[in-house]
Amino acid sequence: MGAYLVRRSFLMVLTLFGMSVLIFVMLRLVPGNITDIIFDSAGFVNEKQKKKIEQQLGLDKPIVTQYANWIAGLAKGDLGYAYVSEKPAIDEILPRIPVTAKLAVLALVFSVLFGVPLGVISAVRQNTALDYCLRVVSLSGLSLPSFWLGLLILMAFVQWFGWIPIYQSDPGSLWKEIALLSIPAAAVGFRSSALLMRLTRSSMLEVLRQDYIRTARAKGASDQVVNYDHGLRNAMLPVVTIIGVEAAFLIGGLIVTETVFNIPGVARFLVEAIRWRDYPIVQNLVMFIAIVVVVVNFLVDMTYAMLDPRIRYES
Amino acid sequence: MAALDHAAELEKAGANVSSRFGAMLFLARSYPLGAIGAVIMVGFLATALFAGAIASFDPFTINARDSLAPPGGAHMLGADFMGRDVFARIVYGARISLAVALGATLLGSLFGVSVGLMSGFIGGWFDLLVQRLIDIMQSLPLLVMALVMAASLGPSLTNTIIAIAIPLVPSVARVIRSNTLSLREMPYVEAARAVGMSELRIAVSHVLPNTLAPLIVLATAQLGSAILVESALSFLGLGVPEPHPSWGRMLSESAAEYVRTAPWLVIFPGIAISAVVFGTNLLGDAIRDMLDPRQRC
Repeated sequence: MGAYLVRRSFLMVLTLFGMSVLIFVMLRLVPGNITDIIFDSAGFVNEKQKKKIEQQLGLDKPIVTQYANWIAGLAKGDLGYAYVSEKPAIDEILPRIPVTAKLAVLALVFSVLFGVPLGVISAVRQNTALDYCLRVVSLSGLSLPSFWLGLLILMAFVQWFGWIPIYQSDPGSLWKEIALLSIPAAAVGFRSSALLMRLTRSSMLEVLRQDYIRTARAKGASDQVVNYDHGLRNAMLPVVTIIGVEAAFLIGGLIVTETVFNIPGVARFLVEAIRWRDYPIVQNLVMFIAIVVVVVNFLVDMTYAMLDPRIRYES
Repeated sequence: MAALDHAAELEKAGANVSSRFGAMLFLARSYPLGAIGAVIMVGFLATALFAGAIASFDPFTINARDSLAPPGGAHMLGADFMGRDVFARIVYGARISLAVALGATLLGSLFGVSVGLMSGFIGGWFDLLVQRLIDIMQSLPLLVMALVMAASLGPSLTNTIIAIAIPLVPSVARVIRSNTLSLREMPYVEAARAVGMSELRIAVSHVLPNTLAPLIVLATAQLGSAILVESALSFLGLGVPEPHPSWGRMLSESAAEYVRTAPWLVIFPGIAISAVVFGTNLLGDAIRDMLDPRQRC
């Protein structure tokens, strides 16, 4: 196990290093940088001033030096300065993380709360009308673009209540904030809940086919005991994995949902920074997302080993 | 794999396979949801191919007088801010969605298959390198990866296709690689090697065809996500640029403020996206059940 942890940690660092190179190079493949955008909107190009700004931002240095500066800064916790706001990037990013994190947690809670029980019901009642309905619902959950679902929810609010649940930066109390965030969270979580539902269903069906389930039935255990004590507990393993993976991948849905609901989170900020070619923000945010994904994957694997004693990681 | 030879199995199950139509009818009856998906996909294809005959308006014509005209009247589904016919734009938008979905999936599969096959066959340092690269690419969610790609390539239809195709490569490569590794140990591969067949020929004519079933399953699933990612990219303004009538783009133009004033601009393009993705999902499920009976449920 110890050797595995060392190897795994090494691979994680390697992956993140690769990601940092990839993102750094990709961002600089684009012809033109922020100075072009600035002068584009100004409508004229002042070569001398452009050079000066490039010098200030360090854009005139060779790309390898720029990369080295970035990584050296990262190691010291210095993320550089945002081009647009000219504030330290870390001061732009950190305050935006809590909102997104709350939204992600709420969305995850929503998806587990709906996805897992409905998946179990669907499996236990396999091939009944209820099962068919739930399957169609879950499939449609995977088909609706989450930003459209968000827009539909907004529309329903306008239609029925005459107001739109706009996020306020200071909602007053935590409960009020949760109430406000739960609507966009549902829009994001619908997709994950559909995914969880499908996975729970197929995992449950797989388990219910096993010999030990037949044995349990043969010894006269009630449906309740067979389905929940024997079935569900064993079926939860792959579900736990997907919950973990989804937690990290929710960010995709958050990007569009934060845009629709106008929530000042870190996901929407990424899109804004990409539009403005605000390299320091984009590259640090992408690294942040990659770190979250890699660490969550690692934790999921560890949980897996803890939950299932048959799994032992060897290097 | 064996499922690819369907005729015999169909006959056993009592289907009339003398005609192609009979076989199709039998398939439709055994996979009703898949049949619905197939119908949706055929409709989508037909819409994209015959867009000119279906739409009575030109999707690009700007007409200030019809700005934000509600549905009914001359414009069946209303008109957008520039007075362009929403129905025509949705119909022509099918072409964009089709181009992106097919283009990105094919491109992604092509790269994924070559990389996965080579990785499984060559092994050694090459395999190690490819695996690490896959790790790196999979450390970002699909949409984030596509966003960064799209931003660095610049906005155009081709670039959007590439930006979506590249993030699709790792999962294909992974599946093909693991399949290749197990297929390489098959007795028939050993036999081919024993009679002196070259590694390249073994890879292409013995291993590749046998990875087709999982590839088709994966590719149909990716069709749907390609359409969803394209719509999200275009919605965020980083996908297919104007004046192309992309469904996601139509939503971004109409977004938040039109929720109040012109709901038809929000409802119809979303229905188009959802219906097509729903179709690919239904079809994909049926194909998976057909080709991979182990996962049937």
